[in-house]
Amino acid sequence: MSHWIEPYPTGIYVRPADAWIDPSTPRERALVTHGHADHARGGHGHVWATVETLAIMGLRYGTASGTAVGYGEEIKLGGVSIRYVPAGHVLGSAQIVLEHAGERVVVTGDYKRRPDPTCKPFEPVPCDIFVTEATFGLPVFRHPDTGSEMDRLLVALHANPDRCVLVGAYALGKAQRVMAELRARGHHEPIYIHGALEKMCRLYEEFGVELGELRPAAGLPAKEMRGAIVMSPPSALNDRWSRRLPDPITAMASGWMRVRQRARQKNVELPLVISDHADWDELTDTIREIAPRETWITHGREEALLHWCMTRQIKARALALIGREDDDDTGDEG
Amino acid sequence: MRAFSQLLDGLVYTRSRNGKLELIADYMRSAPDPDRGWALAALTGNLDLKAVKSSAIGEMIRDRTDPVLFEMSRDYVGDLAETVALLWPKREDQPPEIDDGSLSLAAVIEKLQGVSRASAPAVLATMMDHLDASGRFAVLKLATGGLRVGISARLAKTGFAQAFGLEVDAVEECWHALSAPYAELFDWAEGRSERPDPSGTPFFRPFMLAHPLEEATVDLKDYAAEWKWDGIRVQIVGVGTQTRLYSRGGDDITGTFPEVAEVFSKRGVVDGELLVRGEAQGGEAASFNALQQRLGRKAVSAKMMADYPAFVRLYDILFDDDEDLRALPWTQRRARLEAFVPQLDASRFDLSSVIEAEDFESLAEIRAGARDAAIEGVMLKRRDSPYVAGRKAALWYKWKRDPLTADCVMMYAQRGHGKRSSFYSDYTFGCWTEDGELLPVGKAYSGFTDEELKGLDRFVRQNTVKRFGPVREVEKTLVLEVAFDSIHESKRHKSGLAMRFPRIARIRRDKPAAEADRIDTLRRMIG
Repeated sequence: MSHWIEPYPTGIYVRPADAWIDPSTPRERALVTHGHADHARGGHGHVWATVETLAIMGLRYGTASGTAVGYGEEIKLGGVSIRYVPAGHVLGSAQIVLEHAGERVVVTGDYKRRPDPTCKPFEPVPCDIFVTEATFGLPVFRHPDTGSEMDRLLVALHANPDRCVLVGAYALGKAQRVMAELRARGHHEPIYIHGALEKMCRLYEEFGVELGELRPAAGLPAKEMRGAIVMSPPSALNDRWSRRLPDPITAMASGWMRVRQRARQKNVELPLVISDHADWDELTDTIREIAPRETWITHGREEALLHWCMTRQIKARALALIGREDDDDTGDEG
Repeated sequence: MRAFSQLLDGLVYTRSRNGKLELIADYMRSAPDPDRGWALAALTGNLDLKAVKSSAIGEMIRDRTDPVLFEMSRDYVGDLAETVALLWPKREDQPPEIDDGSLSLAAVIEKLQGVSRASAPAVLATMMDHLDASGRFAVLKLATGGLRVGISARLAKTGFAQAFGLEVDAVEECWHALSAPYAELFDWAEGRSERPDPSGTPFFRPFMLAHPLEEATVDLKDYAAEWKWDGIRVQIVGVGTQTRLYSRGGDDITGTFPEVAEVFSKRGVVDGELLVRGEAQGGEAASFNALQQRLGRKAVSAKMMADYPAFVRLYDILFDDDEDLRALPWTQRRARLEAFVPQLDASRFDLSSVIEAEDFESLAEIRAGARDAAIEGVMLKRRDSPYVAGRKAALWYKWKRDPLTADCVMMYAQRGHGKRSSFYSDYTFGCWTEDGELLPVGKAYSGFTDEELKGLDRFVRQNTVKRFGPVREVEKTLVLEVAFDSIHESKRHKSGLAMRFPRIARIRRDKPAAEADRIDTLRRMIG
């Protein structure tokens, strides 16, 4: 297929701009949708991203040469007009809207449609080619209402004043979203955090997302954390780090928690189905709403979404991008 | 339905026994009647529903969803009921992913009781439309007859007893006089009526258990010695019109061993060891490995019964007719048992003999010389001991045969559960083949101290060579001395061997891995 947008396993190449979207190997010119490591890698020559994403990349990879692009602002690269539009995934996440030769292409990166107090909501942009993620591209993934999941967390917390609830959540995005949701429900007690969350939480606060009182869990006596919420990255849930905690109830906030076996494998006692990705209904509703001429499906379970498109006479193709985290075992995203 | 489906979810995810008991107790106190009675029936395995076939569930989902998407989903999730529960597309006019509260557990049970093969798909589909994913999963599991929440009937009853400050044994004593949804039981538990009278129905009495003897010795003037047989402990309860067989946990296993219950027509309660006869043993008791072929089956084929014929070797008698013998000293119960056994079918019941030994030293010699496949060790029972539930200090001791040991090499490690979830505490170990290949022979997760566990955990973390999900493969350098009760042929491991009760006896950091035992050496220990 001859087109000015070319998908490769290592990223999407925008030929007239000579730039790559979310490349998985170092490139001279990179357009980055958001700060998660499977989309934002270090070592690029020059990066175009939102100011929040650039700050996140700076935190992770040290300062890099980059141009901050505000939401809605239009930039031109080699005759391609480029806009960054909120994707509702995490702080600073954007869809990249590209226009060239009378055609508009939208690359979603990762997105969700549900409200999230830590980032701007997804904005649907009509387009010719819609490049969508498919992390939860199976009809079994239907995330329940966030409020009911938060209620379950608070009920478990209040029912166990002698224990703590240890919530495993991805360090960028999910952790801060759970904190902000707790605060919105009137939970103003200190939240104890694993060292790996500190810098990212501070960065969120610098961008105006209020997370309330956070205390480092390190070095505290167990009894101080009784009846409290403790948060860590998922990898620390069942590790040596958690031994110091007062008889923790292990919770995990992830879209994968909807499948029992996944929760059981991780020894999770309180699975919270809270996801920063679109679930099946959001994916299919969004394709219907945008009604593009063509849908390109990237990382995740492309096959099922492709089948759904075909049975509805929606022209679609699956792109095989490498290096996207298919699973939370390594990336912890979900 | 939501309270019940939340209870089931909680039981699946909660690791600790106390945590599970609390969940059950909370539910029993707060759920309305008759829901909580039906829940108790479901948890104790006493819900007698005609099972809906999984083909009905398949038919139901094909009517509602794209078959390709369904198959892809099922491939991903694995379990049919869970797949359907998760992806069920509700009718447009129903609230998505919300249990609308219109279906109580009792209403679900009533619908399931009235369902026929033809009506099942439509009846289930209507229920699915009113529930959330947890509720749908619970209904589908109830309908297909397997809750699989990993709790025993005994644990469910203990949770019930805890809810109302009752003794579980008191609940157990009247349990079988009752049927679901147990209105009289709740009336009694909440002080509205007397305890239900169980006479006339067979029911389980909690077993008397033994402490390990360990380093102690006893005087045989005070203690009688018997063989400890390596089968499963059973209680047989006959009321004349019917007979029930109970396992140690109080589960009714009559259906698993029908040939035993059928020929017991006496009234009374006896305690013994269920064993199977083996050809290799000349029709005598075979090893536990042979018995295992018959465990856990709901229905048993004629071939199974012919290949592994079951019988019970009797240890004790609790009731003779209606006479409660439990308060009598062991010597008197033994005399009553010896008089009782000849009245039973000799092909299915015999008497576990008392070991005659001069003194403790000669008993030790007899025990050391016993290499019968079905002998696990020796029991020591105080001659004046009454039959009391549970483990009471100094009344009964078990003195297992000295374990066999082998030096094995750690191969894989996995994290434990509960308090041990941060430790690599489950180890797979192997022995060498002729060709110098290491093959797994067993898996152990006990026998070490907390201090030793920390050391083993550190070894695993520092010597990981590969990861497979939760499992780590380690450098083949650490020798573990493994103790086990016996070893058998088995298809479970590539080595063709499986150990019974393996545990880590010592950590042999002094021993080079190449000097660990060979598979051949283990094979010679099969007994």
